[in-house]
Amino acid sequence: MRFKTRSSMVLFFLRGSMHFFFYGIIGSLMVAFLDMINPKIIQYTVDYCIDDKESKLPSYMNFIMQQLGGREVIRHNLGYIALTIVCIAFVAAVFRYLSKVFNTKGAEKLVETMRNTLFEHILRLPYSWHSENHTGDIIQRCTSDVETIKNFLSGQLVSFFRVVIMISLALYFMFSINVKLSLIAMILFPVLILYSFFFHRRIGSAFKKADEQEGKLSAIAQENLTGVRIVRAFGREQYEKDKFTSYNEEYTRMWTHLMKLLSAFWASNDLISGLQVMIVTVMGAVFSVHGHITAGEFIAFVSYNAMLIWPVRMLGRIISEMSKAGISIDRVRYIMNSAVEEDAEDAIECPIDRDIVFDNVSYSFEKNSNDENGIDSENGNVSAPDKAESDEISKNNKSDDKDKSENQEILKDVSFTIKSGTTLGILGGTGSGKSTLMYLLDRLYDLPKENGTITIGGVDIRKIKRSWLRKNLGFVLQEPYLFSRTLSENIGIAASSDDKGLVSMDKIRHASKIAALDESVEKFPSGYDTFVGERGVTLSGGQKQRTAIAQMLIEEPPVMIFDDSLSAVDTQTDARIRKALSENIDDATVILISHRIMTLMHADNIIVLDKGRIVEQGTHEELLAKKGIYYTCAKLQGLDVNPPKEA
Amino acid sequence: MNNDNNSKVNKDKEKNEFKTLPFLGIPKLLPYIKPYKKLIIQMMTLGMLSSLADSAYPLFNQYAINNFIGKGTLQGLSAFIAAYIIILVLQTIDNYITVAMCGRVEMNVNRDLRNASFSHLQELSLFYFNTNNVGYIHARVMSDSGKIGEMVAWRFMDIVWQLSYIIFVLIMMLAINWKLALIIFALIPVVVVLVAIFQKKLLAINRKIREINSKITGNFNEGITGASSIKTLVVEDKIQEDFEKDTGKMRRTAVKSVRYSAFFTAIVTLVSSLALAIVLWYGGNLSVEGLMTIGTISVFASYALGIMEPIQNIVVTISEVIAIQVNIERFTRLMETESDVSDRPEVIEKYGDTFNPKKENWEELKGDIEFKDITFCYPDGEENVLEHFNLKVPQGTSVAIVGETGAGKSTLVNLVCRFYKPTKGQILIDGHDAADRSIGWLHNSIGYVLQTPHLFSGSVRENLKYGKEDATDEEIWKALDLVAAGDVVRRMEKGLDSDVGEGGNLLSTGEKQLLSFARAILSDPRILILDEATASIDTVTEKKIQNAIKVMTKGRTTFAIAHRLSTITDSDVILVVDDGRIVESGTHEDLMLAGGRYYELFTRQFDDLVVNKSIEKALAH
Repeated sequence: MRFKTRSSMVLFFLRGSMHFFFYGIIGSLMVAFLDMINPKIIQYTVDYCIDDKESKLPSYMNFIMQQLGGREVIRHNLGYIALTIVCIAFVAAVFRYLSKVFNTKGAEKLVETMRNTLFEHILRLPYSWHSENHTGDIIQRCTSDVETIKNFLSGQLVSFFRVVIMISLALYFMFSINVKLSLIAMILFPVLILYSFFFHRRIGSAFKKADEQEGKLSAIAQENLTGVRIVRAFGREQYEKDKFTSYNEEYTRMWTHLMKLLSAFWASNDLISGLQVMIVTVMGAVFSVHGHITAGEFIAFVSYNAMLIWPVRMLGRIISEMSKAGISIDRVRYIMNSAVEEDAEDAIECPIDRDIVFDNVSYSFEKNSNDENGIDSENGNVSAPDKAESDEISKNNKSDDKDKSENQEILKDVSFTIKSGTTLGILGGTGSGKSTLMYLLDRLYDLPKENGTITIGGVDIRKIKRSWLRKNLGFVLQEPYLFSRTLSENIGIAASSDDKGLVSMDKIRHASKIAALDESVEKFPSGYDTFVGERGVTLSGGQKQRTAIAQMLIEEPPVMIFDDSLSAVDTQTDARIRKALSENIDDATVILISHRIMTLMHADNIIVLDKGRIVEQGTHEELLAKKGIYYTCAKLQGLDVNPPKEA
Repeated sequence: MNNDNNSKVNKDKEKNEFKTLPFLGIPKLLPYIKPYKKLIIQMMTLGMLSSLADSAYPLFNQYAINNFIGKGTLQGLSAFIAAYIIILVLQTIDNYITVAMCGRVEMNVNRDLRNASFSHLQELSLFYFNTNNVGYIHARVMSDSGKIGEMVAWRFMDIVWQLSYIIFVLIMMLAINWKLALIIFALIPVVVVLVAIFQKKLLAINRKIREINSKITGNFNEGITGASSIKTLVVEDKIQEDFEKDTGKMRRTAVKSVRYSAFFTAIVTLVSSLALAIVLWYGGNLSVEGLMTIGTISVFASYALGIMEPIQNIVVTISEVIAIQVNIERFTRLMETESDVSDRPEVIEKYGDTFNPKKENWEELKGDIEFKDITFCYPDGEENVLEHFNLKVPQGTSVAIVGETGAGKSTLVNLVCRFYKPTKGQILIDGHDAADRSIGWLHNSIGYVLQTPHLFSGSVRENLKYGKEDATDEEIWKALDLVAAGDVVRRMEKGLDSDVGEGGNLLSTGEKQLLSFARAILSDPRILILDEATASIDTVTEKKIQNAIKVMTKGRTTFAIAHRLSTITDSDVILVVDDGRIVESGTHEDLMLAGGRYYELFTRQFDDLVVNKSIEKALAH
């Protein structure tokens, strides 16, 4: 789905929460209305019961009053009036509660919908998108921009409605008392609204500057702390202190100045409101003395005016702040408008345990990223990595991409076949395109139509459902990511679970054993319950790789890809894993990418990649006989390169 | 050091921290408040005057009703207007000054707290930094200070403001009609108790909300950085499902929190209306009998309506002040932490301290180092990692320390740099006990290159001058060229003025490493510490770095923490560390012959080395 306008996306997010906001607004309408009754009651009490004046209530109310016994009875039983006030207050309290709760329900439902939708969308965005965008920036869009949109919809927009309702109701009652006096009361309103609007609009940039300064100050502290050894070893404590102090001083100066501006605004705004109240009081008194309004009406009018003054003062600010939400909406829209991975409608689930054929496959990054940029530029504000909190990983991805785009062509006319159930070894240096080959097979990168075909059992992989394809291709990444869960949850994450949603421990243990992870796990005090990932224990590179292997093995997919997955494991463990693998799974198709000849030598077929082309192909013996790259590698790695003597 | 354990330790600490300090922790803050004592007193006095004015406005109403409307005359209206305007204008001026002062107090206290904590951190020993993670310490400097400053200025101002308003109103009510006033007073404890109960619950829920919120942010991070793993494992649905559990929990908790707060605001307004009803009933009856004027009823009604909100606010403010105790506690704990490595008073007397060095008294440092009968145990450790350790490192010798990740290779370096002090024994530098000279003197002669090169935001020049404050451009270029980093900088658009970005992130790892070498060499250190890089750098840069290290170590006493053993084979002494202890020592040849731990490490690494070299070579054909 593409959102052409801001409002279309906002409406999309509002599904499921709109009715709550509606109830909330109805609730505040009721509260405002009920609050408006009190001054009327006071007016009635003062004029009718105490002052012996005519009742100005609507006739049906007068009728009820007469039935109750008229003026004398009420006058001597003012408790009725008190009771009425309490009753109305009670109803108002119930509505006040309901309106607030409904509004929050709406707001929270909205945030939940936004978060879930965004997260789901992000999970389904192609891998290329992930490597092109900064993690820190995306997270900011998903957290603080979402928060801004929520505040806009549930805070500013709802307050706007509420304020407008309050103002119109109060004005209605005021006008019903005396039109001229009401008009006088309104004289200063435009001033209050515009003053507040323009002030908040202008002060916004000053706030932004102060925030930026805070960011700088914060960064200085951060760098000082992370570089504490450097600061100490070079003895630069004084320098650091001076630097911090001077930035701190500037930050303090900016805020003190801001506070001065704010206090001037608040005080002057108070003065205008105070003048408005005074004008109403004075003119009210004058009107009353001239007999235009009664004493009770005067009291009621002053109360309505008091109810009005805050909403009016709020209005300018609300309007000025509402404009800020637009930027956040655009930033979120950028994510939502990025195209997700989608299967063709007639995508199929075909058997994967067949021959895999790469036919004239070429691939370059340049082209692919151009497509993505098309989406970005339309949006106007492409990811602005101004906040340099971008994650280590995303940075790595970035630099990877830079290298790749410089190379332009990653793969050139690559053709080979992997017979079902055989093992293919791939040898190649850094940047030779071997990982890209596997990313294409797993459809992490999509192979453009004109760049050749990859088929499994004769079916073009572009026609196979992505999830089906990936489930059946067990892919152990070079730098696997572990989730913030326990080890057993990590290993079992992709496994099918029983009715209770649990994966059997036997399966987990078995997979760990093949992956030579079992011994390491036993060393942890909490064993398989050890919490790993971002917030848990940090595993070594080798342990991570072995966890990822176990993760893949648990479902025993028909095709297994090891992308340099044993690079951080020592040679003995490497051998142990390969042995366990060959003993436990013999019918799977295996693709091994490695630098180690030892790892590759037993493969049924080995291809050597250089700069995106296949330069050598054959079995270990055949390749040794060729005396090419493979031979040189093997020799340098200290292997016995002499062919077995046939004679 | 294990960061993960530390964050757990921090969390436990936080739980224990949630308690009230004596006198709300103010005594501990006195040193930071004192300079602004006068300002605070002025501000509070002015604040009280402002609330006095606020409580006076209903009296104008009363006057208007009783004198103009009641008597049907406009006599004295101009005086009324004049008095009204005078009070308005005075209050405006008063408010302006009060708020501006309040802002000044807040900002100044903030600044002082930040400066104090930052400069205190510069003097704390490395132990503190190893046992508390950066995020935790950073929050002490940046966010605790802000919260405390806000409390000292605004929270206290709020309390003064509202309390004086309540008191003025109570006095006026008593003066007008004490019986009615007492009846209204009876409602106040109800509000106080209700708000106090709900506020406590709210604080607890809000803490929970913050926890869930940070978990959700973590989930986003996982979904983005783990994208490739999620896709290859096809676990999108599972991850999504778990994510939705958290967001759902967030929604329910947030709604629950609002249920509390909405309930109590509804009750408070209900109580206000109750007060209004009482006024109308009681006052109305008096008025019918001619014992109370309508103006008086109206002023009473405004007071009765207006007093409940400040009461509610005061209780909320107090609970906020209580919640800030955690921040005060953490902050003061940081300030009370003392460095466990510091110079003795007589040493400071002679050589100066961190911020006031007496360089004129510093002796020249040659670089002979001797560990004499050193026993060492980390302050948070239980076992001695060194026992009666002796080692002489003559000037110009190179020492390599090898071992697996986490084996404790940094210990010796920590001792040489006086980041930690030995539990027993002495470190002799040029034959004198290091403790007899100042830390500043020692650090002035040390060059340090970190495993992950650390640069500071700013220009290349600023970063290099870190090694030598008064370095000329000529010297800087010389240092850069010496480590083959000159070309890197020349290629940059602005040369030495080029910005390196936050933490140097505008440069590649290799470039950062070379610049950090240049920085170290610029200070012409006698003692050089190399915490060798593990990061994989491309072969060309790798070569440059190897050469640069050779140039740097020449003639300097060098301690190298090595991960790649191939780089240290010609060191004068190699120390092999395992499980925190030195298990072997000798030259490369000795250790290879011995066939022990070093041999094992070396052969294992050699495998990989050969593997990578072989591919490079083969592809070069």
